[in-house]
Amino acid sequence: MTDVIRSTVTITVNGRSIEAEPGELLIEAAERAGTYVPRFCYHPRMEPVGICRMCLVEVDSPRGATLQPACYLKVNDGMNVVTDSEKVKKAQDGVLEFLLANHPLDCPVCDKGGECPLQDQTLAHGSGETRFIEEKRHFVKPVEIGALVLLDRERCIQCARCTRFAADVAGDAQIAFAGRGDLIEVATSPTQPFDSIFSGNTVQICPVGALTAKPYRFNARPWDLEQIESTCTTCAVGCRVAVQSSGNRLTRVLGVDSEPVNHGWLCDKGRFTLESIDGNEESTNPLNAATRITEPLVRRNGNLVAVSWGEALGEAAELLRRASTTADGLGAIGGAALTNEGAFAWERLLRGVLRTDHIDAQYGDGLSAALIQALPRATIDEAAKARVVVTLTGDLREELPILFLRLRESAVRFQRSIVELNFGASALGSVAQISLPVRPGEAHLVAQALGDGTLPQEVVFTQRELNDARELIGDGGEGVVFVVGRPNVAESAEVIEHAIRLLATQFPRAKFLPALRRSNVMGALDMGLAPKLRPGRGYDAESVGRDTLEQLGAIRSGEQTAILMLGGCLLGNVLDVVGAREALDTADVVIVTGHGGASLAYADVVLPAAVQHERLGTVTNIEGRVTAVAPKIVAPGSAWPDVAIASELAEELGQSIGLASVELAAKTIEETTGYPALSVLNDSTSDGVVVGDVAERSARRPLDPMAFPGIRSTESVGLGANTGTTISADIASTTSTMPVTLLELGAFEKLEVPLADAYSLRVNLSRRLYDNGIAVQGSPSLATLKAVSVLHLNHFDLDRLGVVTGDVVGVTGARGSIRLPVALDDAVPRGVTEIAFGSLDADGNDVVRPILDGGDVIAQVRLESA
Amino acid sequence: MSHFRIDIRQRAEEVLALYPRPRSAMLPLLHLAQEQDGYVSDEGIAEVAELTLTTPADVRGTALFYDMFHLEPVGRYVVSVCTNIACLLAGGDELLEHASDTLGCAVGATSSDGLFTLEETECLADCNFAPCVQVNHRYVRTTTPDAFDTVVSQLRAGTLDHDVPPHGTLIRVRRAGGLHAPRAEVAAERSVASAAREARTPKEPK
Amino acid sequence: MATLTAPRIVLSRADYADSHTLSRYLATGGYEGLRKALTMFPEAVASEVDQASLLGRGGAGFPAGRKWSMLRKAPISYLVVNGDESEPATFKDHLLLERDPNQLVEGVIIAAYALQVSSVYIFVRGEFALGLERVQQAVNDAYELGALGSKILGSEFSIDVVVHPGAGAYICGEETALIEALEGKRGFPRIKPPFFPAVAGLYGEPTVVNNVETMSNLPWIINHGGAAFAALGGGRSTGTRLFALAGRVNNPGVFEIEMVKNTFRDLIYDPQLGGGVIDDKKIKAIIPGGVSAPWFGPDLLDLPLGQDEVAEKGSMLGSGSIVVMDETTCVVRAAWRITKFFSRESCGQCTPCREGSGWIERAMYRVEHGGGRMEDIDLLLDLCDNIAPGLTWPPQQTTICVLGPSIPSSVHSAIQMFRDDFVEHVTNGGCRHD
Ligand SMILES: Cc1cc2nc3c(=O)[nH]c(=O)nc-3n(C[C@H](O)[C@H](O)[C@H](O)COP(=O)(O)O)c2cc1C
Ligand code: SF4
Ligand code: FES
Repeated sequence: MTDVIRSTVTITVNGRSIEAEPGELLIEAAERAGTYVPRFCYHPRMEPVGICRMCLVEVDSPRGATLQPACYLKVNDGMNVVTDSEKVKKAQDGVLEFLLANHPLDCPVCDKGGECPLQDQTLAHGSGETRFIEEKRHFVKPVEIGALVLLDRERCIQCARCTRFAADVAGDAQIAFAGRGDLIEVATSPTQPFDSIFSGNTVQICPVGALTAKPYRFNARPWDLEQIESTCTTCAVGCRVAVQSSGNRLTRVLGVDSEPVNHGWLCDKGRFTLESIDGNEESTNPLNAATRITEPLVRRNGNLVAVSWGEALGEAAELLRRASTTADGLGAIGGAALTNEGAFAWERLLRGVLRTDHIDAQYGDGLSAALIQALPRATIDEAAKARVVVTLTGDLREELPILFLRLRESAVRFQRSIVELNFGASALGSVAQISLPVRPGEAHLVAQALGDGTLPQEVVFTQRELNDARELIGDGGEGVVFVVGRPNVAESAEVIEHAIRLLATQFPRAKFLPALRRSNVMGALDMGLAPKLRPGRGYDAESVGRDTLEQLGAIRSGEQTAILMLGGCLLGNVLDVVGAREALDTADVVIVTGHGGASLAYADVVLPAAVQHERLGTVTNIEGRVTAVAPKIVAPGSAWPDVAIASELAEELGQSIGLASVELAAKTIEETTGYPALSVLNDSTSDGVVVGDVAERSARRPLDPMAFPGIRSTESVGLGANTGTTISADIASTTSTMPVTLLELGAFEKLEVPLADAYSLRVNLSRRLYDNGIAVQGSPSLATLKAVSVLHLNHFDLDRLGVVTGDVVGVTGARGSIRLPVALDDAVPRGVTEIAFGSLDADGNDVVRPILDGGDVIAQVRLESA
Repeated sequence: MSHFRIDIRQRAEEVLALYPRPRSAMLPLLHLAQEQDGYVSDEGIAEVAELTLTTPADVRGTALFYDMFHLEPVGRYVVSVCTNIACLLAGGDELLEHASDTLGCAVGATSSDGLFTLEETECLADCNFAPCVQVNHRYVRTTTPDAFDTVVSQLRAGTLDHDVPPHGTLIRVRRAGGLHAPRAEVAAERSVASAAREARTPKEPK
Repeated sequence: MATLTAPRIVLSRADYADSHTLSRYLATGGYEGLRKALTMFPEAVASEVDQASLLGRGGAGFPAGRKWSMLRKAPISYLVVNGDESEPATFKDHLLLERDPNQLVEGVIIAAYALQVSSVYIFVRGEFALGLERVQQAVNDAYELGALGSKILGSEFSIDVVVHPGAGAYICGEETALIEALEGKRGFPRIKPPFFPAVAGLYGEPTVVNNVETMSNLPWIINHGGAAFAALGGGRSTGTRLFALAGRVNNPGVFEIEMVKNTFRDLIYDPQLGGGVIDDKKIKAIIPGGVSAPWFGPDLLDLPLGQDEVAEKGSMLGSGSIVVMDETTCVVRAAWRITKFFSRESCGQCTPCREGSGWIERAMYRVEHGGGRMEDIDLLLDLCDNIAPGLTWPPQQTTICVLGPSIPSSVHSAIQMFRDDFVEHVTNGGCRHD
């Protein structure tokens, strides 16, 4: 990175000289210098429009001082600005009075009351009495404009923040201004609701109470709320959030404006999934993911019954001890839902105490952990500022929504290029310069072709498209970031991994941003929860361990008898759900920690763990950024933090892993591996640090940049650092801190992809944001948005079958047949059918996975029109 | 399936070819939608959204900015009476009141036979014939109540059909041919195009 | 007495019943200006226009020649013609569009040639159904004639003209709102800077926007030379100009007369022009240049019809619309109706304009209809001041475009000139004209 040499300009604000960057907006320059200019329409993450006119200030011009909007005016050298004159005051008071003219006087019942910039401004400046005696504008009270958002048009001050967000930032112009003059209103079309997955952001940036979120409405008053800054772990982007609660109930999650990560935005899943954390109190069925497990459970006479921690831990220890007496008898699956400290503690228990190397935080649906560690890593910022971004992922809007927003902004606002290697419908495709369709079993061929320019016979794009893509990417991949994930769960990881390695070899100067999607999967891998990996991104080429699919095989064949599930639901996540059930049936010992789910049906012991927003620790996002997560509420019942569970289990096994607290675990991680942990915990209101990169920390914006200073929501509250305990580890560190290199991964093996048979369609099992996971199932507001099972087909294939959208077809896979409706989707390449992983049929059954066997490189199905 | 009739769709495509960006055809296409249905229907909006690469909410919101687009069905004849300054000084308010009596409907409403919709309008730029009246945006120059009534009966009788086509029909002279000159390249407006394509990505049926 | 010796420049053939047809146009010298222009260098054509000192006829009165040459720095991509004419009581472009569309098209082609622009959009107010048809016909005819299309009239120059219908929104007359409407959006005026579409206009490209009447003058100017045009009128206000006279006069209409040489009184009272006030009533006030303009009392009737002359007295000649109000006129009602217009036509972006117009309108309605309070009069003035601080002309503004600060003009004028009428409305509990 070259240093940008920045000159500054000097402007005068209220007689005081201040330095500003050339081209900086006056409102920002003034604010940095401590002069707050009131505003409503301005939002620092969107282009200024200067429409509310609240920010008028006096600026000297050749024709004398004129009133100019500070949010739109760019500073230039010598500019003389007055923000506190009588003239400015009259103008601003005038605007405020105009805004209030038609604004209802319902602050006492308004959700925004107490944190409303309009209310604050009025209290600060307003005359207190209204001169407006006319009848106010009336609209029918709140309209439900989408599944999650309500609009109260009487309160709207027409700042256009929400419509600009929807159109410009999210690219979902499902809400728009309608009408003209003082009849202007925000509206949807009667034929299309506001169902953007980013809809909650419009609520957060609404400067009044016009847009409210259904899950939060009337839930709490701002002055009852306490808040803490944390990291969202709903997906692996790691957005910074302010988590608010009232008493011990989570009430709201707001996006914090983190420069390197989320720019203040959140997806609706991350924002509203808090419902699942409280758990559905009515539901008492532990097999239902919406039910929160709050007490330790042990199987007695075939039933899970609540017991004390002592009893549960004793039983678990006994079972584990017995299993670990046989070599290779024990393994662990999962861990992406843990904090780094929790993952570290379990790793110590598993490798250090139980002496097993069969550990895998992924479910066979990710990528080789060693390969990810070996790739030259890009940050999110680097991807968002790259000359060219090449995506080899599923639909990022569905998988890593805020990464999608960052890349979309890069393309739309900054005109940078995206080359998409696309597997099916993808929101990024509409802003990508080039989209090369890739079918299951072809990714490595496409990767090869990007390198050598020869068009493979199999692919469904043209030589010209290939050439255009190659031209954009350039020879060595300078300035290029590849975003690589696992687009299709029904295709062997080998294909994509092969492709990634080819890209890395052919474009040695490019960087890679892994797009694994599951919450803290990156932290779990960095803490060694995978074969061959060690805490602190260590790598041990010698060790042999089974990954998840190998463990399930070993259980079925009787080599492994016990399985420890570290959070997450095995059955909800593996492709081969039939094989997994068989393995769980065969296993002697099944111990589950964490949240509920279908896998509990097989558990012998269940150890309830604290989850998101209940626990302290650090997590690592896709770019390797370590940030703090904070407890806002106390976990229900007697759920424990994972560090405590692992430590106590070690004690029961007669050993100590030396991690008496989360702080101590963090300290140990940092001291023994150099991996940032305690230093991040101690600086918990920062954007954290990227592993291996001690770049300077970015300046923070207030949580709510529109607000008037002093309003609660502008202050982000941090955790106090509370450590000082010294570590007394009595077992040796198992770490090796040598990171793996691509070379160490060994030579390529030739990849054999079976020919697709002409009568079948290859299956692309893609991910949806609103999947059937615990977060969605447990959040009533989101659960209605769950994907239903529909086969997406290109119009060629629809025509070939002689069916149209909505028709039901017979689907035959390796293990059986089902019937499903089809839908036209030309983003799906010919010869492929795309269906959402975990989507449910009308009866709520997961339908596709049971008919696939997961054994082949690609999965195929035959379709017949009924 | 196109909602537009074949001839309207054909004209829509001719119009689209006249602009470097499809969104520019928004107003002419909305006029076409109104010509076909007599008002701008939801189906018309959906088709315009598709043709201009925008969303239905955006098309609807844009249409509602402009007075000439009616998003609810209106009469075959929309009668606009000006009451702005020049017409005010010439008795526009009184003529409007008279029109309401003659047509038997309130301002802003449609007569019970569905034939007429009455509107109060801003200046129609025909002030030497104040108070000024248009029917379907054709000047009828009826400055007195009696003249107004005559025009209404002529409309009812159909004798003005040639001069006053049904509501929605705006320009009856079709452009002859497309563009000839080489055009400046205008970068595609990505954000707009994208919003549309994203919006058009089929969603799973609920 | 009015000075009516000047030639008719833009209305030369308006008296023919078939003035809008190509055959009449060709029979009366049509397309000769273009043919002549094509023998000249584009710069020379522009320089004739510059010499003519043709002030824009759309309202702002910016010299067309300067607008074009300022743009010469960057090549212009688009020429856009403003035919949105919706300023109340302005009806001169309406006449030109319907009665002489070929003249407009020829003028447009001349301008496009001078600017070396091959892409032209003529934006015509949607309510002008007949005007739209006639201009479209004129454009079709011009293609047929070879005056449009590729290599026009055998030259090396190619040009396309597209007729774009508006859809009923006054604000689209504002040039940046018009560009937005051309881009298929809501007619929201664009925030300044950039101050001129010439810097960033249609699709962000350099664009010239000119009024219909401005364009219609070009064939004559090229035929007769810029100097001949500049010889007419006086000072900066050269040539003839269309004045739309409306209100309480015997003979309302559009008159083409020489600028500066004539006064408001000439226009209103000359038998060949306005023909005097109805029933010989006394003039109470006039609106000198469209409803955005501050009013004049009868004391200023002898002011010459010149841009600078009117500006010096604190108003503007604007769109060339002159409305006469006489003793029988209720100025409260007039000012209320004008405010209602602005309230309906505010685009709704800027708070002061959106909310201020509605508030003032409702308060004015109350005063006119008997619900007024004495304090309303000063409240109205203060609200006006909040939209246009200082209530000066040209106005200071708190808004994006000048529609906002135009709202106060009529209310402020009416209160300032006829405060007693307001007081009377309040004390009488309504309007005595009712
Ligand atoms: C609110 C508003 C309405 C306007 N309406 C018109 C109009 O109807 N016709 C017009 O030619 N200019 C109108 N203008 C002026 C245009 O912005 C622009 O100055 C003009 O079209 C330039 O052409 P000209 O230089 O030939 O006069 C309006 C301006 C404003 C602020
Ligand atoms: S001043 Fe009025 S019309 Fe002009 S941009 Fe602002 S709100 Fe729109
Ligand atoms: S105009 Fe500047 S904040 Fe709204």
